[in-house]
This record gives sequence, C-alpha cells and structure tokens, in this order.
Amino acid sequence: MSIDETIRQVLADHGRLAIPVETLADDTDLFGAGMTSHASVNVMLALEDAFDFEFTESMLKKSTFESISSIRDGVAQMTEV
Amino acid sequence: MAGQDEAREHEPWSAFRQALLNDGMLVATGVDGVYGRSSDYEAVAAAVDRLAVAAGGGQEVVSLRFPPVMPWEVFRANGYLESFPDQMGSIHTFRGDERGHAELVRRAESDEDRSDLLATTDLVLCPAVCHPLYPTQSGSLPEGGRLAEVTGWCFRHEPSRDPFRMQAFRQHDWVYLGSPEGAREHRDRWLTIGAEVLTSLGLPVEQVVANDPFFGRPGRMLAANQRMEELKYELVTPVFEEGRPTAISSSNCHLDHFGRPFAITTADGDVAHTSCFGFGIDRITLALMDRHGTDVLEWPAPIRSMLWP
Repeated sequence: MSIDETIRQVLADHGRLAIPVETLADDTDLFGAGMTSHASVNVMLALEDAFDFEFTESMLKKSTFESISSIRDGVAQMTEV
Repeated sequence: MAGQDEAREHEPWSAFRQALLNDGMLVATGVDGVYGRSSDYEAVAAAVDRLAVAAGGGQEVVSLRFPPVMPWEVFRANGYLESFPDQMGSIHTFRGDERGHAELVRRAESDEDRSDLLATTDLVLCPAVCHPLYPTQSGSLPEGGRLAEVTGWCFRHEPSRDPFRMQAFRQHDWVYLGSPEGAREHRDRWLTIGAEVLTSLGLPVEQVVANDPFFGRPGRMLAANQRMEELKYELVTPVFEEGRPTAISSSNCHLDHFGRPFAITTADGDVAHTSCFGFGIDRITLALMDRHGTDVLEWPAPIRSMLWP
C-alpha cells in the first residue's frame, strides 16, 4: 500500500467519519467531516502502528491530523528522521 | 506511621500539611490524599457551599444530589474511561465460594495481592459531580436551555501528600444544558461570578486556560486541543510561601460530549451542548486556611461575616 492508501485505510478503520473515505479530498477538514477528538487519538495510534514510528511531542496536536495532506506531511516528517 | 517521613519532608506544601494535621483540621487515614475532617473544617466547607448556592441568585434550577457512586453504564457512555482510565475508582466485591473466601482472608492476613479474587460491580466512584446529572436529562430541553446545580463527593485516583490534591473531595457545580452559545455564555458568566465570590473571601484569583490530565501520549493531544480551543478555565489563587498558583474553581465547555451519548436535545431538536462551573469546596476551604490560618476564630472579621452572616 502506498502512504496515501495506508492513511485512507487508517481513517476508514478509526476515523469514525460521517462520510466515506473515498470522497475525501486531500484537504478536507477531517474534524469537519465528523472525526471526534477521541477518534483522532485512535487514528494517531493506528498511524504509529502502520508506519512503525512514534509521533514526537510537538506533533501531538489537532492540526497534524486535520486533513489527509497534513497527516501525509506529518508521516513524511517522522519517516525522514 | 509516617512521623519521621513527615518531619523529613521539605515539599512546598509540607508546612501547611503539618499545620492542618497538628491543629486537627485534617486527620490522616494512612492513605495519601484521603482525610478525616474536623468540625471546624466542615463549618468552613459548609459556609463555602452555602455561598456557592447563593451565587446563583435564587434562580429556578434543577437541584439534585447523588451518592458518591455512579453506574458503570454512565461512566462507560460518557467517555471518562477513554480519557482518564488511571483516575478511575472501580468498585469491586467478592463473588466466589467458601474456598475462595478462605483464600481471600488468608491473603488479606498475609498482605498478598487480592486482585484476582475480586470481581467488578456495576458501580464506579463518581469522578465529577455533574456526571450523574446528564443521563437524567435525556430528551428535549425547554426553550433557552436548563440550569442545574449539583454538589457532592468526587473520587480521582491520584494519591499525593499535597493537601490540595485529595483523592476524595467535594465540588459544587452549576451546569447549563442547551445551545452552544448558551453554554459559552454560562461559562463566561460563572467565571465572573465565581471570581467575585472568591475575591470576597480574601482569595485573589487569576483566570487561566487549563487542561484536564488526559491519559498517556494520546492524552497530550487531547489536552493540547482542549487548551487551544480554550474549553477549560481555572481560577487559581497563590498558596504557600512561594505563592504557587492553585486551582480552586474551574469551568468546562463540554461541547456535545454529554449531550450526544445521553440524547439530550435543545428545543429545536439539535444535540445539546453543556458547560459547567465548579466551586472546589475542599480546595477553597484549604486556600482559606492557607491564607488566614487554621484558627478560624482568628480570621479577619469581614471574611468571617461573609461566611457566617
């Protein structure tokens, strides 16, 4: 699976979104699409499992998880180091 | 038991803790953060509680009292388990047979671990006084929402020798259920009222953005969100010689966190938002003693006449 596919799979499994993951654009506001704070925590943990890293403290904030593109940036940042 | 430890302790709160225990305001139970209270202490706490009620200005409200235990079902539904598993007070009992009982007694006598012989019940200790209220409010609210006041005991498993951090303590909450705007207004109005009450008792307060102690690394994200959205404020007062800012009241905007699971709706049929302002009855009592001393008769006359008009 590509990085984008993995992110979408994680969102489908844990995001509890009100709309189908396939309909999400890269910049769709996930919180606006029904993801709760608690769901975002589960998304965060699932991303860590899927990509085998731990987000740094400074990345544990809402904006990291607000859209597919922000998640992709976060994942890129974590897998670079 | 811990006499020597106490004497050696040099924490910011050590002198205050010693004064409370020596003067008999609090009585140690052997478990950190759990105390007996003297009648003088209770007289102050009761007076603070009366002020918390009077601050509502006699508005017509739902007024409810619950025991310090709460159904597990409420606890499960309201998300506390997701956020604060380590603070939970789960109530257990024994459901085994005679042999199991004998084993339990044997382990108790030899001070061995008993966890596997105890079974959960359908109860937990109440972690926040407003929590038992929400399931009783299911259904449609009147136009303009509803105001409620609840008081009682809370339990949070966070043992500490700092007298301000008790495991079992009282809150007096003013709760609003209704529209999102109404919830914010309630929060703002009560932060002002609360600050006036506390200032009138000689307790200077500052309003600060705060967060709840959400569990673990994911909890840091929840805490960051809570701070960013300014959902929780505390009224802090300086205590001890160093003037450590200590929360003695707080307010929380819950958004639809309680409205959704308990199917509380506005008159228009939307999911209700809720907010609460809580007077920390024990913390206010302690802050008064930190500031004015443990001899209540020696407190400044204006403070005494506020508490006992």
